[in-house]
Amino acid sequence: MKKDPEGIKGGSYMLKPCTIVAAALAFASPALAQTEIQWWHAQTGGNAEVINGLSNEFNASQKDYKVVPTYKGNYPDTMNAGIAAFRAGGAPHIIQVFEVGTATMMSAKGAVKPVHELMKEAGEKFDPQAYLPAITGYYSTSKGEMLSMPFNSSSTVMWYNKDAFKKAGLDPDKPPKTWPEVFDYAKKLKAAGHDTCGFSNAWVTWVNVEQLSAWHNVPLGTKANGLDGWDTELKFNTPFHVRHLQNLVDLQKDKTYDYSGRTATGEGRFTSGECPIMLTSSGFFANVKGNAKFAFGNAPMPYYPDQKDAPQNSIIGGASLWVMGGKKADEYKGVAKFFSFLSETDRQVQIHKGTGYLPITKAAYAKAKEQGFYKDQPYLETPLLELTNKEPTENSRGLRFGNMVQLRDVWAEEIEQALAGGKSPKDALDAAVARGNVMLRQFERTVTR
Amino acid sequence: MEKHAILNGKLIPYLLLAPQLLITVIFFYWPATQAIWQSFLLEDAFGLSSEFVGFENYQVLFRRPEYYQAMATTAVFATLVAVLSMSIALWLAAMADKNIKAAGAYKTLLIWPYAVAPAVAGVLWIFMFHPSLGMLARPLRLMGIDWNPLLNGRHALVLVTFASAWKEVAYCFLFFLAGLQSIPRSVIEAAAIDGARPFRRFWTIIFPLLSPTTFFLVVVIVVYVFFDTFGIIDAVTGGGPAGATTTLVYRVYADGRLGGDLGGSAAQSVILMVIVIALTAIQFRYIERKVQY
Amino acid sequence: MVESRRYRNIGAYTVLSLGVLIFAFPVYVAIIASTHENATIMNGNMPLLPGGQAAENYYRTIFLGGVRSAREPVGNMMLNSFIVAMGIAVGKIFISILSAFAIVYYRFPLRKAAFWVIFITLMLPIEVRIYPTYKIVADLGLLDTYTGLILPLIASATGTLLFRQFFMTVPDELLEASKMDGAGAFRFFKDTLLPLSLTTMAALFVIQFIYGWNQYLWPLLITTRDDMQTVVIGIKKLLTTQDALSEWHTAMTTAVLAMIPPVLVVLLMQRLFVKGLVETEK
Repeated sequence: MKKDPEGIKGGSYMLKPCTIVAAALAFASPALAQTEIQWWHAQTGGNAEVINGLSNEFNASQKDYKVVPTYKGNYPDTMNAGIAAFRAGGAPHIIQVFEVGTATMMSAKGAVKPVHELMKEAGEKFDPQAYLPAITGYYSTSKGEMLSMPFNSSSTVMWYNKDAFKKAGLDPDKPPKTWPEVFDYAKKLKAAGHDTCGFSNAWVTWVNVEQLSAWHNVPLGTKANGLDGWDTELKFNTPFHVRHLQNLVDLQKDKTYDYSGRTATGEGRFTSGECPIMLTSSGFFANVKGNAKFAFGNAPMPYYPDQKDAPQNSIIGGASLWVMGGKKADEYKGVAKFFSFLSETDRQVQIHKGTGYLPITKAAYAKAKEQGFYKDQPYLETPLLELTNKEPTENSRGLRFGNMVQLRDVWAEEIEQALAGGKSPKDALDAAVARGNVMLRQFERTVTR
Repeated sequence: MEKHAILNGKLIPYLLLAPQLLITVIFFYWPATQAIWQSFLLEDAFGLSSEFVGFENYQVLFRRPEYYQAMATTAVFATLVAVLSMSIALWLAAMADKNIKAAGAYKTLLIWPYAVAPAVAGVLWIFMFHPSLGMLARPLRLMGIDWNPLLNGRHALVLVTFASAWKEVAYCFLFFLAGLQSIPRSVIEAAAIDGARPFRRFWTIIFPLLSPTTFFLVVVIVVYVFFDTFGIIDAVTGGGPAGATTTLVYRVYADGRLGGDLGGSAAQSVILMVIVIALTAIQFRYIERKVQY
Repeated sequence: MVESRRYRNIGAYTVLSLGVLIFAFPVYVAIIASTHENATIMNGNMPLLPGGQAAENYYRTIFLGGVRSAREPVGNMMLNSFIVAMGIAVGKIFISILSAFAIVYYRFPLRKAAFWVIFITLMLPIEVRIYPTYKIVADLGLLDTYTGLILPLIASATGTLLFRQFFMTVPDELLEASKMDGAGAFRFFKDTLLPLSLTTMAALFVIQFIYGWNQYLWPLLITTRDDMQTVVIGIKKLLTTQDALSEWHTAMTTAVLAMIPPVLVVLLMQRLFVKGLVETEK
């Protein structure tokens, strides 16, 4: 009954016998003594093809290394697989981890190899200044040392149905800029026929807690939202946050706002035409383009005009590439070369155009702009404009909380209770903060040793 | 019960037992012990460091309201599923028992949901009742119910209950039918002669005679709800909204995900083991006395 | 019954028929959904009658896999499910018939202890020890393997109990006769006991096959590779995606396909299945 197709101990463990055999064969034929680099990722569909394309291009461009991409499931599954594989001694070289897994990866000294170290040791040219600060700041230490390589980043944007706007007597080229305007538009859209949903959002905590805080330059937690220390404490139960949640609760009553779930499963309500306004990831672009049978556009996240610093800049979503620890120097060289390859300007522009995810270098952004890329597809520039709107502050460099997946679940639970009328928004946010802080303290104990 | 005729062999029995014992020890006792040990530790996700914390994980657990919520949810859920599946199954079994020629055919037609995976059953039900695209969601809204299992915890629990009961009715139906058919005709005839009407006959004579079956099914359903409904919950609600459909076992899974709280998850596993063993023991000792054979 | 039959029976027929229809409804809906395009479903416009996409949906699902998410063709996933289900069924029968034989027909020190060690596993399914079992399987290097999927699930005592009950009903005279013929233990087992046990084995096989096919939590945790997914997990994965729309039509097609083997097994082997159920639990 034993069947072990690949052998979880494959990859680098097979290297020694392989290279010996390969060297022996080198006499017989110009066989390649290639070092394999295992890359685990969570991309599907078109994005997966981009990954495969990149790997093939890299492999074809040189003979020493071979990048082997493997789809491991969605983000939590891939991260789970990585952790388990590490514990069993068979981790890949590169693993794509979503942004909320950053704290867990970062705290695992020895389990991961920081990118800045990797590049330095391999002698690859690496200038942190060349990268867009809003993107790399998320994945760097407070001293600016980059820990993981940003790969696919997105931001929250507001997608809207231009045809629905027209029908409701709203100008399709003038999307709402502020939250009060959004509420107003939503009411009109609801009156014009969208009676189950005036506006909605996916990723409930990302939009209504995390991005909300950054966009208005208010803290989500202390210590620069956790970037500067594990002893961070949550702080998002301020009157400002409570007011926003109260607005949502009030509007949920008659479905001017309608809750669509914790993650992205509700995104279909936009493309089906049910919800004319939907706040979600800019990465939703490929789906909207493919499935929406109406004219659409997107706009930057709305803000509250009475907050003096708004709009600030947004925090990224998406994922980055982490390098796992315990590998050989030769293999790390290959990884470093691959990362340089990925950062090349033309390549970045290519990735950006193909996936809708953001370019990570300033040069790539500039080049795409130069090429007039955003003229026909302005909605692809919206997330970039949000990210580069202003120089990031303490409150908008990013966030880093341990066990973020569970934290988001807890926060979503409390928000759901408020939306369903079971708790007042203030009680809900207070509880979210309190429960979250307990979890953060526990995480801190497992880290500082 | 012992057999009188036995075989001779000193080594053979151990060899025969070896495969099962080996697998049981490696995949049952060792993890169970590990669970107990892990519940006393505070670990990080990668297993790079661990700290012995004694009973702290348990103390933290009992201070968390979500844990009590999971207990309450599991209890309510089990009761609902038991009542729903058994009453429907009993009714259908009573109908099928009436010597109708087609009873066998009905048996075949009603039993197959048992073979459907709980996760698949969950997917089927959420498809029918999805607030946006479910075809049965529209009629519900027309009736004035603001059907929204994404936000309304009670709706979510109802949906999960129906999906779970859908599967269990098949199983209960089988056993009730067998139970009904094993009641001697003579007993029923005697009661009829005494002038008892069918309805009264059912409740005073047949139902008590079915008590071993009923008791047995209650045990089975409780275990089913405790564990097998995981697939249904994960497919339909993911434990939400606001933990309204998070059972004890779902909590174990959610808390341990991505190495979030391995110690706490292990503590919950241990408590769950204790609960199940206690429940089984109680059921067998106490209730069995009330059952008439 | 003793009273007039006609009205009672019409009532009974009606109730039963209604019951059958109601229970079949979810599956009917799934079959309909598998014959439509995703857009139709997503827009909430799915009618109660089949659409025209059946051939395309089934072909694509079985051989090509979902476009956006689970890239694995359902054909492969069904094969995985089949291997796992067979592995569990056959594995469990094998180890439990041996153990039951030892416990019933031999006397040896620790016999009672061995019995209880095995019996306790009845009460605690794998969900209760899920993460530690996962860690052990990971440490043994069995993640993403068939062995890892199968072995932990044959650790429970259902089979042993079943065979023990059955062996107890086998008359002692058969063993005596066999001894008198000069047959050893192995001969007795092979020539006498095994043939008698065939129905019990078949009944256990049916139940374990279904159990194995329908496993959810365990495969969910230990398989992450595309090509190791079982069909039940594949369905769930089709519906939880990020930055991609759920492919309901593919999910429903997969659900229909996933239901076929276990339901067939139950229907075709109904007698044995019922026998197995009844005997396992008593």
